[in-house]
Amino acid sequence: MKLSNLLVLATDRQADRIVPPTGYTVRLTLFTAASLAFLAVFALALSLATSRVATQWSDALARSSTIRISAPQDQMAAQVAAVESILQTTPGISEFRVLSNEEQAALLEPWLGAGIPIDALPVPALIEVIEAGDGFAAEGLRLRLEAEAPDAVLDDHTRWRQPLVEAAGGLRLLGLLSLLLIGCATAAMITLAAQAALAANKQVIEVLRLVGARDSYIAGAFMRRFTNRAALGATVGAAAGVIAITLLPGTRTSESFLTDLSFEGLGWITPIFVPPVVAVLALLATRHAAARVLKGLP
Amino acid sequence: MIELDNVAYSYGNGPALLSDVSLKLAPGSFHFLTGPSGAGKTTLLKLCYKDLQPTLGHVRFFGVDGPELSRDAVASLRLKIGVVHQDCQFLDHLSVAENIALPLTVSGRPISASDLDDLLGWVGLSDQAMQYPQELSGGERQRAALARAVMTAPDIILADEPTGNVDWDMSLRLLSLLVELNKMGKTVLIATHDLSLIRASKSQVSTRVLRITGGRLTLAGADL
Ligand SMILES: Nc1ncnc2c1ncn2[C@@H]1O[C@H](COP(=O)(O)OP(=O)(O)O)[C@@H](O)[C@H]1O
Ligand SMILES: [Mg+2]
Repeated sequence: MKLSNLLVLATDRQADRIVPPTGYTVRLTLFTAASLAFLAVFALALSLATSRVATQWSDALARSSTIRISAPQDQMAAQVAAVESILQTTPGISEFRVLSNEEQAALLEPWLGAGIPIDALPVPALIEVIEAGDGFAAEGLRLRLEAEAPDAVLDDHTRWRQPLVEAAGGLRLLGLLSLLLIGCATAAMITLAAQAALAANKQVIEVLRLVGARDSYIAGAFMRRFTNRAALGATVGAAAGVIAITLLPGTRTSESFLTDLSFEGLGWITPIFVPPVVAVLALLATRHAAARVLKGLP
Repeated sequence: MIELDNVAYSYGNGPALLSDVSLKLAPGSFHFLTGPSGAGKTTLLKLCYKDLQPTLGHVRFFGVDGPELSRDAVASLRLKIGVVHQDCQFLDHLSVAENIALPLTVSGRPISASDLDDLLGWVGLSDQAMQYPQELSGGERQRAALARAVMTAPDIILADEPTGNVDWDMSLRLLSLLVELNKMGKTVLIATHDLSLIRASKSQVSTRVLRITGGRLTLAGADL
């Protein structure tokens, strides 16, 4: 973007009277910019939320696995000890710990109610394994467990984590694609509106050329008009989008893997960029449309 | 200043409307361009302010051949050539004063309120300054067009039927304004089919009268 394009926006109020009221096309631009900015905020929120989810899920789940030992009561202690000694010699594990009866009871509470006599139930022993570095080789660990603790099962979450992370990645891609499409649609709509306005004002442009106006002056007057309206529309639309998102019912609890369709932290700043981007698109689209129309005039 | 050299012009693929036209507008000269309606007077004027490009031949502006001028140079050229268009070419959404100041506005030059007042007074439109072009009478429109043509203090004034829709008294008044400009050193070219206007000018200024007949430009003699 050339500096002169930006300067053109700031200068010469008087020049704006040169272009007659472009009523309908400019209102169309205002409305389009507002709607697309509104959608852009949602697409932004979707992209940010999904990348957050993807990161959370792959981080949280990739770091921890569970070993479940469903041995008969008399072999339980031996197998747990066997698993512990295997884990101690397995590379890529930062720590592990056997869940206490209380923790198990807490896990089961939502299903079985409070105060269950956990000792009386044939519940499996659970060992939580926290990975270190690049993690451990799941297949190797499985083989060793099979040999020394036949009732131990390694649940490394990979099986169900992978499709979720992929889904989140896909959603994020979809959000980015939506943003791209919204940008293209904005440029296309404003090009059409500007072209319609320029065509409707062909007479005016001809007179301006006849009295000695340069192409850049005429294009500048139209660019200012459409860029200002697009920026105004986009500001209103983006603000409405942000308000709508704040009003969405939140589902988040600190424990939940589910994230709302919302912004978080610095993410709240991103909608601020929607109006300038729309304005720049409007500027380029109008300049392009004006160049085409002016090229045809003597 | 403006020089046509063996110029031919035809609209589209039609027959040549003008051919073999050579013309030199020397500084300070006063020309009339006459001929029946449809002869090509407006077309010739448009060639003179580069609204049309010749089909054949050359048009030179202040020594520069037309095709060599960039679009921005053409814009600057139009500030040096004041044109009173046959149909005035006003912007209907701007006031008379704004229309007259338009050449200064679009070229980013400062507009002096007193200059504008003087000019409005000179053409007798002081009371109509804040009106809109469509509210003006024919004579007022022509005078406003003349005021706009001289707003940038151009070297050359091309007037296309400046007395087109006005009564005789108003015609004489417009003529005397153009003669006054010529006396100030401006080069003036008036296209008109009105021979009595040309006769009326005889006592005021020495002129050359050009006539378009059959697509050719000839110097009219004493037969007027
Ligand atoms: N844009 C145009 N396209 C085609 N023919 C035109 C155009 N403008 C003028 N003409 C024709 O050229 C001829 C001369 O027109 P013009 O120069 O306006 O004559 P004048 O001003 O002497 O009355 C007329 O027959 C007119 O119909
Ligand atoms: Mg004519």
